[in-house]
Amino acid sequence: MVVTHFPSRAAGVADRMSGFIAHLRLNGLKLGPGETGEALTALTQVSATDVQEVRLALKTLLVPDADTWSTFDALFDAYWFNAGKTRSGTASTHVRTQSARPTLWQPHLNGAGADTEGQNETTPSHGDGDAEGVDGRLIATRSANLRKRDLRELMDEETLREAEAAARRLAQAIRDRRSRRRKRSQRGALLDLRRIQRTSLARGGELLDLHYRKRPDRSMRIVAIADVSGSMTVYSRVFLAFIKGLIDTDTSADAYLFHTRLMRITPALRDHDTLRAAGRLSLMAEGFGGGTDIGGCLANFVKNHAAKAVNNRTVVLVLSDGYCTGTPEALADSLSKIRRKARRVVWLNPLLGWKDYAPVNAGITAALPHIDAHLPANTLDALAALEPQFAKL
Amino acid sequence: MTHLELQGSLSATGYVADESLSMALHLALALGRPLLIEGPAGVGKTEIAKALAEMQSIELIRLQCYEGLDASHAIYEWNYQRQLLSIRAENTSEEELFSEKYLLKRPLLHAISRDKAPVLLIDEIDRADEEFEAYLLEILSDFQITIPELGTIHAKTRPIVILTANGTRDLSDALRRRCLYVYVDYPDRDSELAILRKRVPHVEDRLARQIVGTVQAIRREDLDKTPGIAEMLDWAAALSGLGVNDLTEDRATLQATLVCLLKTAADRGALPPEVLDRILGKVA
Repeated sequence: MVVTHFPSRAAGVADRMSGFIAHLRLNGLKLGPGETGEALTALTQVSATDVQEVRLALKTLLVPDADTWSTFDALFDAYWFNAGKTRSGTASTHVRTQSARPTLWQPHLNGAGADTEGQNETTPSHGDGDAEGVDGRLIATRSANLRKRDLRELMDEETLREAEAAARRLAQAIRDRRSRRRKRSQRGALLDLRRIQRTSLARGGELLDLHYRKRPDRSMRIVAIADVSGSMTVYSRVFLAFIKGLIDTDTSADAYLFHTRLMRITPALRDHDTLRAAGRLSLMAEGFGGGTDIGGCLANFVKNHAAKAVNNRTVVLVLSDGYCTGTPEALADSLSKIRRKARRVVWLNPLLGWKDYAPVNAGITAALPHIDAHLPANTLDALAALEPQFAKL
Repeated sequence: MTHLELQGSLSATGYVADESLSMALHLALALGRPLLIEGPAGVGKTEIAKALAEMQSIELIRLQCYEGLDASHAIYEWNYQRQLLSIRAENTSEEELFSEKYLLKRPLLHAISRDKAPVLLIDEIDRADEEFEAYLLEILSDFQITIPELGTIHAKTRPIVILTANGTRDLSDALRRRCLYVYVDYPDRDSELAILRKRVPHVEDRLARQIVGTVQAIRREDLDKTPGIAEMLDWAAALSGLGVNDLTEDRATLQATLVCLLKTAADRGALPPEVLDRILGKVA
């Protein structure tokens, strides 16, 4: 709780205004000294003794986006009326870096920095059977010994690196697309007559310099939505490494996690400070390994993120096994909405590569009509084999 | 002029602005800063620029943004065909070739070269590419445009700049910092009633209340495309055109006129007669 008291030496309006700007800055608004001056100028344009007018004027001037628009009034009251407002903490993430479950991501995010305690927690104990479907056998892998090994044993550094590499190749395969319109370029198939004539003016009307047009690259965006609920625990780390690979390769890619709630993890994955990234991810993963509400989470995605994240050049990847506590109708409804906006919706299902698996559970049956492809993602080979599939999409 | 007087003059042009919007406009005019308006579709973001132009009886210059909008469509372009023709026909000198005669002024250049400051509406800025946003920053901060062949053109007058966005993509911090900001939401019942009375004055009092109540209730339903104010006005015009006096009377006509409000098949499906009956029951 940051309650502001006016410093006793605060003399006039200017002093208090700079205090207010500092108070807003403390609460996460990005304001500079220029704004302080602007705010004071704005006060001269309204009746500065009318609280409501001043509130509206400062709101217009200092608020940058819709989120802050709704919280500004509370911040305003907190400063000018000492009503008090809890600081929305960005600083507090550091405190929890070592708590709860940061270990899940530590091996690849932290590199060598992972502490020994973390390592112990990271290595899962065998035979506790905390996840569904662990005892099944993997098929369709080239290597015979992998077939027999429990997936949990595969979670070593090398596997994670391979998953990242597979994701990079995939991201590159998806990215390489062309536009339909032509733009000027150094080399290209078509001559740019307009530009040729324009530059010919400098040569007395002789067509000496040639210019070209070509179709510029129009990369596809990738939006990955990964299930990290209980039934997916064994795959989560590989999938997260996979998503990190996607995010690293493609600056426009976007990533989300869900279990019972949906969280955007792109900023955390892009964080250059790996320790802080692990901390942020661990905070987000609270409730990790619990139930799944795919329908609800996808509905949340459609409502809050889809407008920004999904356009007609987006491939949406859903990584999930389709076991869902919500209603299948909600899932089908959200998926159909996503599909209408996105170029492609691809469901990567770790169970699909399993022997005798048939997509019969309610969630996946509801989803099937609304997805463009339902692909296996149970082994590294399966992930690597996605590349030609995506090149076709 | 205070913001309340501004609110009054806007109201005279038929635009009902709430307090925060009129304050934002007042500050934008007083401080000469661009105003960024965000909000859902159909709350009158574009309309505000038109109302402002009408109120001050000045010109409105509109730049509709779209993906792939570039400098040659937004700022200026040379009229190449004309230049070539005049080279062949009259052997024009170079200075003359790169004079204003051969310059095609696109909206942004047009806006800063007027004798009387116009309203410049940059509509749906979030649809334009990020590169274009960067061009815009230069123009919005200095109000000057550099044309290499001609030199720098300084604004004769500063246009009143209004930008609208509805969240297709995140705008850059730099652009947000240059602008004043106002978030316009769907109006509450009383404001919407005031808008309806202003725009469709011949609608009867009881029908107006029913229309606004129904639209407000429909907005709370889970729809793909929530009806905005424009849809509400269309609907009111349709109902009064058909001679409907009471929404609860003629259900068949009512169902038929819903095309004004619900624009997708899924939304039509989401609002079957039973749901509509429930809504009307509450309103009436």
